[in-house]
Amino acid sequence: MSEPLVLELEVKPLDFLAAGETATQFKETLKSLGLPPEICRRAAIVVYEAEMNIVIHGGGGVMRLQVEEDKVTIMAEDEGPGIEDLELAMQEGYSSAPDFIREMGFGAGMGLPNIKRNANELYIDTAPGKGTKLRAVIYLNKGR
Amino acid sequence: MKISKIEKILQASRLFDTAAMDSEVEYAFASDLMSDVLAFALATSLLITGLTNIQIIRTATMLDMTGIVFVRNKRPLEEAIVLAKKLDIPILLCQKSMFETCGLLYQAGLKPCPILHKESS
Repeated sequence: MSEPLVLELEVKPLDFLAAGETATQFKETLKSLGLPPEICRRAAIVVYEAEMNIVIHGGGGVMRLQVEEDKVTIMAEDEGPGIEDLELAMQEGYSSAPDFIREMGFGAGMGLPNIKRNANELYIDTAPGKGTKLRAVIYLNKGR
Repeated sequence: MKISKIEKILQASRLFDTAAMDSEVEYAFASDLMSDVLAFALATSLLITGLTNIQIIRTATMLDMTGIVFVRNKRPLEEAIVLAKKLDIPILLCQKSMFETCGLLYQAGLKPCPILHKESS
C-alpha cells in the first residue's frame, strides 16, 4: 500500500436513523483491507463516537478515514458551536447532551474519553463558534 | 455458552432464526448506556439491554459483540430489527428484569466484562 487510501463521508445533523452508517462503512473498509480485528474494532469505536458527536452537537460535518502502511487516521470536522472547555469535555461523565439523546443511551459523557482510550494519538482543535476538528491516530504495530 | 442455551436459561424467545444462535459467548455486559457499552464491552460478548433503538444494534456491531438480549419484555424498533437481520446478529426477547437476567446468566457461568480503571487503560 504505497498511496494512502482515503475515504470521506458526510454526516447529517440529528439524523439518528443514519447515525452510525459512517462508522459501519469505515469499519467494513478496514476489514476488507485485511487489518487485524482489534484495530478495526478500535477504529470503529473512535469513528462511531466522533460521528455521534457530529450528529448530536456538531450540526453535521465530514468524516475522513485515511489508511497508511503503519497507521489508521480518523478525522472528524464540523462547523458547530465548538467545545467551550475541552479539559472538562475530556472528563468521564461530563456531558452537555440534551435529555432526548440520553434516552437513546448516549450522552453519558464517555464519548471523548472513549475516543482517547482507543486511539494512540488524539488532537482536537476547537473554540466556541469555530467548530471542532478532531484527528485520531491508531498505529497498527502498537497496543492501546 | 451458546446463544441457544442462553435462550433456554432465560425462557426467552428468538426474534428470528439464524445459524448464529450456535455462536459461543463467554462474557456479558448489561447496560442501558451505550457509551458505557462502547467503553467496557469485550468483543464476542453478549449485550443485555432494555433500550430498543437502532443504535443498540450499531453499538453491538462496532464492538463485534455476539448477540443481544432485550430485557423487561422490550421489543426492538422495526428499523433495529431490519438492521439486526441484515447483519445476522442473534436477538433474544426476555420477559425478565435486567437484574434477574444477569443473575441467571452469571449463575450459569457467563463472566462479566472487566471494568478497566481509567488510569490503567
